[in-house]
Amino acid sequence: MIKVHYFARLRELTGKSEEVLTHDSMTVEDLLNWAELTYPGFGKGTIHVAVNEEYALPTDVIQSGDVCAFIPPVSGG
Amino acid sequence: MKPFEIIEQPIETQKYADYVLHAGAGAVTIFTGNVREWTHGVRTLYLSYEAYIPMAEKKLAEIGGEMEARWPGVKVAIVHRIGELKISDVAVLIAVSSPHRKAAYEANEYAIERIKEVVPIWKKEIWEDGEEWIGAQKKYPGEGKDIR
Repeated sequence: MIKVHYFARLRELTGKSEEVLTHDSMTVEDLLNWAELTYPGFGKGTIHVAVNEEYALPTDVIQSGDVCAFIPPVSGG
Repeated sequence: MKPFEIIEQPIETQKYADYVLHAGAGAVTIFTGNVREWTHGVRTLYLSYEAYIPMAEKKLAEIGGEMEARWPGVKVAIVHRIGELKISDVAVLIAVSSPHRKAAYEANEYAIERIKEVVPIWKKEIWEDGEEWIGAQKKYPGEGKDIR
């Protein structure tokens, strides 16, 4: 199981702040593709993924038990 | 208070100034980022901020570490507020002390630039006739450079 968090525009688009995927393993790119298919308009090209609170690369592998977050363009400050 | 934190209450400047001050500090710079009413001719009613709190606090601490490595002798505190903020409220405060003033100024500016690049905090502008999540992230996956 992989837990994912949604924030800001993505939380509003998906209508949820988190959910659990049943996958055992997938790459960051797989996760972004899944999100784009599941939630049209997700905009994966502009989104980073954090795995266990650290920015990940598209080829990084996510394992069951990891906590992921979709990070749309940030705008703090 | 924690030296690197996300909070929901109004930011109390003095706490962070006191935290960075010590006998070896000859300069303290305090930067505050405040809610602006007019942006490119559009009037903001209020802002709503949200954050991925554990990661945001971790990233703020990392920025503090980068500052200490680059400007030896600085002591840093950074706080960002989330929730609904009205015009002129303080959204972010960066306090930096250093033995001499130049490092305190430079390190402080570095911090706000890094916050805007890497810390998972999002701002929504609410206007009289609409609202929008603002995104200023400079680099995207596949563009050759990641933001870590």
